[in-house]
Amino acid sequence: MGRDLKPAERLKIPRHPMPAQDPVVRRSNFNEVALGYTPEMAMEEAERCLQCKKPQCVEGCPVGIDIPAFIEAVADGEFLKALEIIKQKNTLPAICGRVCPQEDQCEQVCVVAKKHQPVAIGRLERFVADIELAGGEVSMPEPARPSGFKVAIVGSGPAGLACAAELARMGHQVTIFEALHKPGGVLVYGIPEFRLPKDIVQYEIDNLKKMGVEVRCNFVVGKTASVKELMEEWGYDAVFIGTGAGLPYFMGIPGENFIGVYSANEFLTRVNLMKAFAFPEYDTPVALGNRVAVVGSGNVAMDCLRTALRLGSEHVVCLYRRTRAESPARLEELEHAEEEGVDFRWLTSPVEILGNDDGVVTGVRVIKMELGEPDSSGRRRPIPIEGSEYEIEVDTVVMAIGQGPNPLVTQTTEGLELNRWGNIVVDETTMMTSIPGVFAGGDIVTGAATVILAMGAGKTAAVGIDGYLRQTAGQPRATAAATA
Amino acid sequence: MARLISKETIAPAFTRYVVHVPEVARKHRAGQFVMVLLHDHGERIPLTIADSDAEEGTITLIVQEVGKTTMEMALLEPGAEIEVAGPLGTPTHVENWGTCVCVGGGAGIAPLLPIARAMKEAGNHVISILGGRTEELVILRPEMEAASHEMIYTTDDGSFGKKGFVTTALAELIEERGRPDVVIAIGPAIMMKAVSDMTRPLEIPTIVSLNSIMIDGTGMCGGCRITIGAETKFVCVDGPEFDGHAVDFDLLMKRQRMFVRQEEEARRRFEELHRCRAMESAEVK
Repeated sequence: MGRDLKPAERLKIPRHPMPAQDPVVRRSNFNEVALGYTPEMAMEEAERCLQCKKPQCVEGCPVGIDIPAFIEAVADGEFLKALEIIKQKNTLPAICGRVCPQEDQCEQVCVVAKKHQPVAIGRLERFVADIELAGGEVSMPEPARPSGFKVAIVGSGPAGLACAAELARMGHQVTIFEALHKPGGVLVYGIPEFRLPKDIVQYEIDNLKKMGVEVRCNFVVGKTASVKELMEEWGYDAVFIGTGAGLPYFMGIPGENFIGVYSANEFLTRVNLMKAFAFPEYDTPVALGNRVAVVGSGNVAMDCLRTALRLGSEHVVCLYRRTRAESPARLEELEHAEEEGVDFRWLTSPVEILGNDDGVVTGVRVIKMELGEPDSSGRRRPIPIEGSEYEIEVDTVVMAIGQGPNPLVTQTTEGLELNRWGNIVVDETTMMTSIPGVFAGGDIVTGAATVILAMGAGKTAAVGIDGYLRQTAGQPRATAAATA
Repeated sequence: MARLISKETIAPAFTRYVVHVPEVARKHRAGQFVMVLLHDHGERIPLTIADSDAEEGTITLIVQEVGKTTMEMALLEPGAEIEVAGPLGTPTHVENWGTCVCVGGGAGIAPLLPIARAMKEAGNHVISILGGRTEELVILRPEMEAASHEMIYTTDDGSFGKKGFVTTALAELIEERGRPDVVIAIGPAIMMKAVSDMTRPLEIPTIVSLNSIMIDGTGMCGGCRITIGAETKFVCVDGPEFDGHAVDFDLLMKRQRMFVRQEEEARRRFEELHRCRAMESAEVK
């Protein structure tokens, strides 16, 4: 049992900082930055939880984890029990403990945070997940009796993985179709090793396979087979589309097609998925100069900036048209980038990328901005300051200004209703699209968001799919075909 | 995983591969390509599908050994397993134009073959102009002859067919026979540029197939982007075929050289490694 403490005593314990690699050391390696709590730290941090009768944190969690219960188990030193509690709601805790924006969710509404720093819920989640990873003893949820229904999941990112896990648990036969040669989606091609080690992603996917989920890579739905064909020819009773936000946006300024300009997607995919940091041991190269500019200030931009530093670039500049306060990146990522020596130029926007006669980038011309009245997003609109243009000498520019929905699946699926940005329109309770039996969730529905929101959508869709199969679909296609 | 069924050298540094990958074979249409990855440490490269057999579940790839990955691919033995994803890209728009001139240079003859075949099947009168540096580099001649009504060959040295470039032969053809209804040109960027420059003032619709650097081949990375008229397009999903008159070929040629230093390093290392291996095995013997 944990110590019997009074609330005042609990509040006296300071929040435990996350042990991390020294900035000077880590800016030249790809090892994980955050090192994780020790059991002593975790148990003491867990004692900071007031065990509220009406816990706000649970409401703040997109997948509704019973946070006080798992934290109590940590305080008691019952780490695997804590993990079991988390896994009732979240199948990928080692990933979410690392990449969830807890400061905007559970920790934001933590009652302790009213006067003190919130309980480090995310770090505790990661701690218990890592205990299991280290021990190799995996508790797998017991799947229900096989239903006979087959469900196809399109895309193996967080939405698809979460949806697959839930459906498998419900007894459905699940196949995940992935266009790339490795499953994991943005967890593998987008988020860098130093923030989310790839063996953790692989470990979570292996767990899904143990639950009977089949993973088919190199299968490009929309090309190799359409959604309609998956249902009519391949015998799937329902399809979940979780293809994410995979279409890179560019600014439309002169010089964007010069050599040395990458989309964030290309830059990160080369380094993370294809391991260009280890060229020539790995065959995919990445050409990076000593001076790199990254445009944008979201989490993806932070990943690009910090990756450029680790690849050895000496001067790495972040160009963002608003200020640090409006930056969409997680505070922790922003602070890490600052500690590692990124040169942030707030209120600065590129107007042209400069290049030489060979079409190779030599610099970027930028303009200073000031903040005006709030725009439709509620943030103050940046306005260019006339006559404030100047040039920054760089040899590489990375565009990290956002991603849109990849049209490969949506354009090849007749009858699928889309909104004006190309995102799929769904019924918010069931996540079913305009086509019966076809569901969608994650960034392809919401536009680029977070891992945990995509997972939440995948889980909601699984419930919707289960209901559809049991009530509407009648008997499984495979059975129907056999008896016909 | 896809399985290599057979391989055959068809010209110096040109290899024909037959690969068992039924899902791709079933869906393949002229003009489409696959992404190929040889192994865990490899790079993903786009290769045009030269032919497919839906019943056998196979596709044919014709690959010129120009860099580390294509050289390594040539060392694979039948039975080898590789990663193949596709078929990708927008299929060729096939219709009965009337007279269709297919212009192919070097490795570009391979992607041209299924298009010429489809154009002939659609009722076009197909005239093919194929060129290479030397006779043996004018590949796939029997196959192209079967897919065409008339053939014209050119070589740089005049050792076979007409002496000169494919553009010279195309100019002569237009002079003698008048304006064809469509020209399809596939080959080195410089050749496609020359053909497009020639047909633009004559207002002959000209289709080219671009070969850019890609990673995923599904519109995700944007590495293959190219300027078409005033717009940026992705070769992998919007192409690979475009209106030759609107393509910024100068930019394409520059972007194709984006990683030229790394490509040379990788090839040099690979060649050294294989020289060493060859010497070692010679010593053992």
